[in-house]
Amino acid sequence: MQFFGGSEISPSPPVPTASGNNAHMMYIFNRNGVCLLYREWNRPLRTLDSNQDHKLMFGLLFSLKSLTAKMDPSSTEKGNLGVPQLPGQGCSFHSFRTNTYKLSFMESPSGIKIILVTHPNASDLKESLKYIYNLYVEYVVKNPLYTPGTPIRSELFNTTLDQYVRGLG
Amino acid sequence: MAAIYSLYIINKSGGLIFYKDYGLQGRMDTNDSLRLASLWHSMHAISQQLSPIPGCAGIELLEADTFDLHCFQSLTGTKFFVVSEPGTQNMENLLKHIYELYTDYVLKNPFYEMEMPIRCELFDINLAQAIQKDRVSYLGR
Repeated sequence: MQFFGGSEISPSPPVPTASGNNAHMMYIFNRNGVCLLYREWNRPLRTLDSNQDHKLMFGLLFSLKSLTAKMDPSSTEKGNLGVPQLPGQGCSFHSFRTNTYKLSFMESPSGIKIILVTHPNASDLKESLKYIYNLYVEYVVKNPLYTPGTPIRSELFNTTLDQYVRGLG
Repeated sequence: MAAIYSLYIINKSGGLIFYKDYGLQGRMDTNDSLRLASLWHSMHAISQQLSPIPGCAGIELLEADTFDLHCFQSLTGTKFFVVSEPGTQNMENLLKHIYELYTDYVLKNPFYEMEMPIRCELFDINLAQAIQKDRVSYLGR
């Protein structure tokens, strides 16, 4: 897994490809499945209450990851289906698309999962997720008042994030 | 060099009714393929629940590190999905073509029982041709 391919800690954000807000919502989970952050910009449909929604999202990612690890056609050494895997272990996925949305996913070596839900026509968002991860490192991890594993309550992080996501194509 | 690694067909309740492997790794264990199929069925359903916009019909394309998974769901709930090389184009058309073959050679076969595993020789023959043709056009480009 490559995360910091020679880039600085805080590189300049990737150039937005189009204007307008295409992002629907974003989740950040830690490795225990605790939802550290949930941001929502445009979500007309809500089928569940927020706690259930977060759990379902984490479960979907967990199961899809074990599915891709098992399906991986490039390796013969695959564990049993459903065995939990360490971050970076096994074949993972980076996005999926339905007719109404596209979900982009990134997992850091420490098990932080960043999920961005956008319009289905959005371009490849790998770099953007890395940039968001850098924002998380800068504004959350480096904050001395933040206790790891607790929900993020940082006004500065939220405004920077909103600003960045608004410019995403 | 295989553009398509495998093809799965699952019925509306998540049971695997057809599985064919075209990769070099050899066939997956039968139990594993059944589990994968029903896991995909439920992930497909959950993805519809999590949609921020009404009218979601489930995952169409899953992009993993080493493969792409293209899924097509028919109106009756039968799901067809192919595992292919990352970045393979034109899979939607191939899936629709496979669906056509399914309606012609499986559903119109009087000995075929609905929702049961597919064992139809004509389907196998025509499917092999379709995959071969697609592979040729993929390699030819």
